Amino acid sequence: MHIDTHHKIPEMIAYRDRFAMQWKLNMIVGANEQALEAGETFPAGHATRLQCCTVLKTDALRRTLSGEGPRWILDHATGKYVKTVGGEPFTGVIVGARADEEGSRSKERYFSARDKQSEWDIADQPPELWNQFKTDFAPGTHVRVHPLLDWTELNVWEYIGRENIPVVSLYFDQGKGVRYRSLGCGPCTKPVQSTAKTVAEIIVELQSGKFSNIAERSGRDQDKEDGYGLETLRRDGYM
Amino acid sequence: MAVEAGTKSPAAEVRERMNIVVIGHVDHGKSTLIGRLLADTGSLPQGRLALVQEQCRRNAKPFEYAFLLDALKDEQAQGITIDTARCFFKSRRRDYIIIDAPGHMEFLKNMISGAARAEAGLLVIDAKEGVQENSRRHGYLMSLLGIRQIAVCVNKMDLVNFDQRVFEAIRTEYAAFLEQVGIRPLGFLPISAREGDNLVARSDRMPWYQGPAVLEMVDSFAKEAAPTDKPLRLPVQDIYKFTEHGDERRIIAGRIETGTLEVGDEVVFYPSGKHATVTSIEEFNAPPRRRVEAGKSTGVTLSTQLYLRPGELMGKAGEAPPRVSSRLHVTLFWLGRQPMIKGKRYKMKLASLRAPVWLTEITSVLDATNLSTYANRRQIERHDVAECVLETFKPVACDLATGIPQTGRFVIIDNFEIAGGGIILRADEAANTLAQKHVEAREKAWERSAIVPAQRQAKYHQRGTLVVVAGPVGTGKIAFAKALEEHLFQGGRQVYYLGLSNSLLGFGADLKDQFEREEYLRRLGEVSHLFTDAGLILITTVSDLDDDELDVLDTLNRPSDLLIINVGESRFSRRQADLNLDAPINTPLAIERATALLAARHNLP
Ligand SMILES: Nc1nc2c(ncn2[C@@H]2O[C@H](COP(=O)(O)OP(=O)(O)OP(=O)(O)O)[C@@H](O)[C@H]2O)c(=O)[nH]1
Ligand code: SF4
Ligand SMILES: [Mg+2]
Repeated sequence: MHIDTHHKIPEMIAYRDRFAMQWKLNMIVGANEQALEAGETFPAGHATRLQCCTVLKTDALRRTLSGEGPRWILDHATGKYVKTVGGEPFTGVIVGARADEEGSRSKERYFSARDKQSEWDIADQPPELWNQFKTDFAPGTHVRVHPLLDWTELNVWEYIGRENIPVVSLYFDQGKGVRYRSLGCGPCTKPVQSTAKTVAEIIVELQSGKFSNIAERSGRDQDKEDGYGLETLRRDGYM
Repeated sequence: MAVEAGTKSPAAEVRERMNIVVIGHVDHGKSTLIGRLLADTGSLPQGRLALVQEQCRRNAKPFEYAFLLDALKDEQAQGITIDTARCFFKSRRRDYIIIDAPGHMEFLKNMISGAARAEAGLLVIDAKEGVQENSRRHGYLMSLLGIRQIAVCVNKMDLVNFDQRVFEAIRTEYAAFLEQVGIRPLGFLPISAREGDNLVARSDRMPWYQGPAVLEMVDSFAKEAAPTDKPLRLPVQDIYKFTEHGDERRIIAGRIETGTLEVGDEVVFYPSGKHATVTSIEEFNAPPRRRVEAGKSTGVTLSTQLYLRPGELMGKAGEAPPRVSSRLHVTLFWLGRQPMIKGKRYKMKLASLRAPVWLTEITSVLDATNLSTYANRRQIERHDVAECVLETFKPVACDLATGIPQTGRFVIIDNFEIAGGGIILRADEAANTLAQKHVEAREKAWERSAIVPAQRQAKYHQRGTLVVVAGPVGTGKIAFAKALEEHLFQGGRQVYYLGLSNSLLGFGADLKDQFEREEYLRRLGEVSHLFTDAGLILITTVSDLDDDELDVLDTLNRPSDLLIINVGESRFSRRQADLNLDAPINTPLAIERATALLAARHNLP
């Protein structure tokens, strides 16, 4: 499932659809149609970053998961997405959030139960001991699973290299001397100076300590508003 | 299928990584220590320090290094750590995940979550306040969690004029405490976290101290080797079949906790005792391998298609076997809001096993802040550490925590939450099981009439008997059971077919969950006993009934007779069915044989 803000860099979407088709994935896209139509967006519309992220990401995610919102499902015969309504709720999501990304993620659990509103009660998280996680749930619970919590950016690239996982070309320098380290919406994501053109070169670059003083998500402006931007979003159900 | 994906490339060299937890009493300076260490070693992302400084200025608060870790709004507002944070830190020697644990009592479960994944710990004590409640509680919990490498930082030395005597007094007091809980600290370090003394380099404000600074201390912690020299323990997580291409092999999947495993090894499963030889070691998208060892999640196929269940423990023939027991002596810490009580069914998770357990004895409860113990406690309260006895209906396979900690510790689930954790001290040989004790208690409490079983036998011309039709799913057990009932009924027997579906006993249709299945069988055993005690022949079916489950049914049905008819592939190894039938069943012949068997056992005249 992909929550599409419709502000993503076009190559990301092309990459998504290409693999969804080739690997015959059951691809579901969610989006907040009303907010997009009403122009409650940033920077083109009349919203702040936090408001824009709240409607395009958090709300869209919540409503797509619960089935209240529409889901666009990829039709492999035509390669087009078909809008559906009234889907069954999902009871869990597996997310790639990592503790090294920012403050509120550094306090996550591997298995994080959310209530019906997707809200996250940070002060009262379940204990995790000795590889035993919270895997028993009362009916109606929604769970976020974060298997990569203890991975670093370097670990991810090492794994991509070792397992030969295809990645979108935006992560590599296309000859302009810049590449993306973290991919978000077009208006809110900036590339970094880098000439790394392959996975191996990215690994070397990260190992060299070139970016050791620059946060991976520093190109993501949404994190910066009021200092607690992501915590606020994540408490309400953002990934 | 893959586009750019192909086979794996060889793994690049990976740096050593270690998890370290920082613990201690509230406000003694744990977060400050980590924050300052990150700042002084240049480990912070660009602008991070300035950002936090700016944030403090905007909120008219003095700057705190702790805010680098205490990222949550509420934490900064209250000036305390609420939840454990992980941060990533590199020294020249290796990479660290440093875990900042909260010191406040309210957040003990968060502290434990953080500490349980650590390999070593830094315990922080405020020089001015000295050793406090949670300095001791945390120290004790480290020993319980099995973390033996600890260094103690006596912090805020600036508040006591860097006085060596203050440091020595705390050292003496706290070292004595640690000794009582079996921890020999690797060192005591006088520091000032906020001022940066003895953090990255030796401070000249405490010339009397010649030991290592914190960074050097941390780098000297030893990385424990993977436990490959211990006996094999592979908790079975699940059994998979990839039938798509006609592959009928059962792949036993799980993570190897200890030891090594090789193709050709003879392996034994506990508690069932079934054994087989390893035919292959399976891995996705990789060339086959002959050998795997501790730490690896893997899958194996066996020379014989054993019927196994998730939760069994795989060991190797010729190596020390695990304990098989239904009565465990444990040390347990309790985090639940509701106290732990006797007579309530809890769920135990031990490696991949999930089993119902009951608390049957509380030997003593310990106050971890002063190590005094209390006998005669009736229940285990939140934050108590108790030595107690847990019992199960069916025996479980486990180890003692001192031998193989990975399979010698467990957590307890109460009402969907992890409410406690513990380590196994001793495991009694399965002797007087909970089922037997239950039956004894039941017999005592049973108000009986003057009619004795012999009278019922004479009157009904039959003995009260439970007939269980067992075997794999889909072998026609139910139709056969009904036909048998019909036949016996027409022959004048007092007989009843109990088509008690799972839902009637309050369970979901799918009893794949071991935990629910066990409780289902327990209730079935109780119901059966009512019928057979009344002198009836009761016929029922149970799919995939195994040895230990049969023991439980047998015990609960006592003193009446039990007759086992197995259809198709047998799931028993230690016990045997009284009658084995092939699937599909030849009904007239099968009925004839079953009836003959009942008659021969004097169950029919
Ligand atoms: N004078 C002095 N104050 C210190 C020192 N280290 C920490 N502090 C202060 O002690 C207070 C508590 O520090 P924290 O780092 O938040 O303590 P903590 O142990 O993380 O507290 P919890 O996580 O809530 O248990 C802060 O106000 C720090 O500035 C020190 O070396 N000297
Ligand atoms: S990242 Fe930017 S464009 Fe995307 S949802 Fe947030 S504010 Fe809107
Ligand atoms: Mg703290």
